[in-house]
Amino acid sequence: MSGQVLEVEDLRVRLRTPRGPADVVNGLSYTVGPGETVAVVGESGSGKSVSVLALLGLLPARVATVTGRAVLQGEDLLTMKPERLRQVRGPGAGMVFQDPMTSLNPVLTVGRQLVEGIRAHGDVSKAAARRRAADLLGEVGLPDPERALDRYPHELSGGMRQRVVIAIALSNSPALLIADEATTALDVTVQAQIIDLIEGLQADRGTGVIWITHDLGVVAGIADRVLVMYGGRCVEDGTVDDVLERPAHPYTRGLLGALPDLAQPAVDGVVPDLATVPGTPPAPTDLPEGCVFWPRCPVRGDARCEHEQPPLVQIGSGPGLPHRAATWCTEEAP
Amino acid sequence: MTGQPLPPPDAPIAGQGDAKGTSPGPTTLRPARPRWRETLGLLARNPTAAVASVVLLLIVVLAVFDDTFAPEGANEISVTDRLQSPSWSHPFGTDDLGRDILSRVILGASVSLKVGFLAVGFALVAGTLIGLLAGYYGRWVDDVLMRVMDMLFAFPAVLLAIAVLAVRGPGSGNTALAIGIVYTPIFARVTRASVLGVREEVYVRASRSVGASDWRILTRHILPNAAPPIIVQTSISLAFAVLAEAALSFLGLGTQPPNPSWGLMLAEGRGYIELAWWLAFFPGMAIFLTVLCFNLLGDGLRDALDPRQRTLMAGGGR
Amino acid sequence: MNAVTAVDASDVLVSVRGLEVHFPVRGEGIRKKGAGVLRAVDGVDLDILRGETLGLVGESGCGKSTLGNAVLRLIPPTGGSIDFAGTDVTSVGGKGLRELRRRAGMVFQDPFASLDPRRTVAQTVSEPLEVHGLRSGKRERAARVGELLELVGLDPAVAGRYPHEFSGGQRQRVGIARALAGEPDFLVCDEAIASLDVSVQAQVLNLLRRLQKQLGLTLLFISHDLSAVRHISDRIAVMYLGRIVEIGPASAVGSDPQMPYTQALLSAVPVPHPALERQRQRVVLRGDVPSPAAVPSGCRFRTRCPYVFEPCDDVDPALQPAGAPGQLAACHLHGVVGTPVERTPEGVPAEP
Repeated sequence: MSGQVLEVEDLRVRLRTPRGPADVVNGLSYTVGPGETVAVVGESGSGKSVSVLALLGLLPARVATVTGRAVLQGEDLLTMKPERLRQVRGPGAGMVFQDPMTSLNPVLTVGRQLVEGIRAHGDVSKAAARRRAADLLGEVGLPDPERALDRYPHELSGGMRQRVVIAIALSNSPALLIADEATTALDVTVQAQIIDLIEGLQADRGTGVIWITHDLGVVAGIADRVLVMYGGRCVEDGTVDDVLERPAHPYTRGLLGALPDLAQPAVDGVVPDLATVPGTPPAPTDLPEGCVFWPRCPVRGDARCEHEQPPLVQIGSGPGLPHRAATWCTEEAP
Repeated sequence: MTGQPLPPPDAPIAGQGDAKGTSPGPTTLRPARPRWRETLGLLARNPTAAVASVVLLLIVVLAVFDDTFAPEGANEISVTDRLQSPSWSHPFGTDDLGRDILSRVILGASVSLKVGFLAVGFALVAGTLIGLLAGYYGRWVDDVLMRVMDMLFAFPAVLLAIAVLAVRGPGSGNTALAIGIVYTPIFARVTRASVLGVREEVYVRASRSVGASDWRILTRHILPNAAPPIIVQTSISLAFAVLAEAALSFLGLGTQPPNPSWGLMLAEGRGYIELAWWLAFFPGMAIFLTVLCFNLLGDGLRDALDPRQRTLMAGGGR
Repeated sequence: MNAVTAVDASDVLVSVRGLEVHFPVRGEGIRKKGAGVLRAVDGVDLDILRGETLGLVGESGCGKSTLGNAVLRLIPPTGGSIDFAGTDVTSVGGKGLRELRRRAGMVFQDPFASLDPRRTVAQTVSEPLEVHGLRSGKRERAARVGELLELVGLDPAVAGRYPHEFSGGQRQRVGIARALAGEPDFLVCDEAIASLDVSVQAQVLNLLRRLQKQLGLTLLFISHDLSAVRHISDRIAVMYLGRIVEIGPASAVGSDPQMPYTQALLSAVPVPHPALERQRQRVVLRGDVPSPAAVPSGCRFRTRCPYVFEPCDDVDPALQPAGAPGQLAACHLHGVVGTPVERTPEGVPAEP
């Protein structure tokens, strides 16, 4: 029970849409330990982003119904009063989004935004907060942090802006950091720098990280554990080695097969076609009965696929952390 | 957020060989719904705009079939019935010459609306063309055209209208022309602003990449996509044009007596405001109602043509 | 430049020499006078061979997309020349330009922006047919649209629908069908898979490969995704700050890069194998890419290069043979070749 930074149990999100209710997240359970990185992978519409926005109460209550339990350091985020939730967002959990430009206010200097964040959650003098802000910018690798404080977001490059966003997210030493496609908009060389940065900070502070991405390469580099989402459900989870090297769910296998391989594109001098997952992901308003993946599944081995929802069950009996998958296809990969 | 993925209409997918596991059910083909019907549908969901449209439709029908609806002629003078207050035989009362005000309001509708539509029609065509060219070609075309528009715009509107009428003489046709010239810069600006946004769209570049001519790009891609704010502006300008016609007629520059026009009736009724309020009240109400409805329709259209509204209607969340 | 032209001229479909696309930039604040130029493409020599897929990679702002657009004359070049199938198309207009755009198509990045939302799939795909008068009569055009949709793996019955009714992958197929409608020889794919989901990216990559074989197309595949470029390309060109800094067979550039920048770029690509990821040796670059409005003198990569030495400041390196046959790199590590930087009497490099 205890010892975890975040414990999510049976999280469900239902959105009201003009086309009827959409079940965007359907029963998600996972934990994040201190210093641990959990990667949430999935394609657009899989519910991966919504699931974390729901945790922090960032979905409009008018359209979203969130149920389940999400315990952050002993407190349930989902039953928390809005004022308390606001207090928790800084020191409890920081967020880094895909586009740094949208999470920074373009008319305020970087320094103002950092100082504001620091002072909102602690009784610090302006001068002290400014010193702390400069320290933070130095820590995230901004050259000449003192001067950077007086710059506006548009004066910085994309990578530098994302560093500022990370500095803001870390300004209150949160126990949990949520990175939602935080490096997707960045070039690979900059992405590598940012990943190094977050890994370093995490090692220093023991921060738990939820890393949401569609990039399995990034996952391989940073994650301890992986959770694969499809149609609002977790279809597979386990250690990064289990999930990426020994994928059990046909969807995970499909995703991995669909990636062009940088190291070994050719087999006997011929570059083979990529394996594909046919069709498109289901709409959350119209999820199939039975296994969410069966309409696109290349295996469809079992008659139950069409009618019965497979539970998330343990695969094999290896030692260490469990490797689970929600599929009726139990045979090994071909 | 945009567009719900449909049951996939994917035919066999490259490298997949067979179509195994494509579509979960029969591929139902919804017939494409034209955009304008979608817009009407959205408009109908906005009760205020819907009521305004119905009232405007009634006013237009009244104006078109004015001879049928008006109980009496516009200039049927009856010395015995002078300045009668509203009654069953004259619901809106009579004026100083004994003319039936209800009849004159109905007959005046056609004059007021005709001037309004003509004026806005002129401004719409001229302004849209100028805005389209200025926005699309930019550079000196833009500079020259928009500076001319700025000069027109800087002129006090009434003065400009008076100048046109002074040169061409009063009358409803010239009133429409005068108002049309005054409103041209507004349409030019709205169109130019909208074109500037659409011009940079990728689909415009895509169309150019397949060799489409400027003319084709302007008419097939830019104009249709730049149209929504122009449509809204049309509706709002109609309201102002009706008001402007009333104002010019009030000043004696618009419609000439004895022809009925709401503005003129207002002017004529002014002298009797203490003696017989209905002379000015009913034409005033007609102007008020028409202008209000055009404005409400404009607001409704603005919402209905807003792409964000459309996405809300069209697709669910992620 | 001789190194670049070391191919049989008849095999070359597109030949670019000294291509420049410079944009004027206004100076900031009071320094308005010092208005400079943004060198998006700054002297590119490139031959694209008939029937090949040339991958063009580089980080954002390196000018790869501008280069692709300039080749199709969608952005006017400010210098240099472009030859298409033996004809100089650098400044053709009217009929010549139309013919270029029939014989060369483009697939755009964002399938949600590249289709006119007010036009049906059929109207979009048949636009090139109408523009070039390729099929007379409505029925012939409709039949051709049906063929094209089938070719890209869509059901011809969707022709009457509007773009918002499709998923990203399906829209990109429509975009490809439009680009193919004029029966082009050459297709520029500008980040054509960047906005798509992983599984859909694979579908589109396979489709492009199939079409290339089936129709004998020549492809310029512009992308920041090195794995995808490696997968689809016969040759790879690497761009940095408006210049091609390395080019060669995909296998050579992909596994034995000769230019330090390419090495860094390749080493930064994460691979989906945890064991490999843990032992991956990364060449980490210092700092950020300089602004294309202030390109360093000499070698443009010298401000971030881990191997920078004497001649890098003084000589702007030219592409020269390095590594495998057909592989060229612009780097002094393979011998100092290039244009010396002009210096003012004070010894300060002149403004480039």
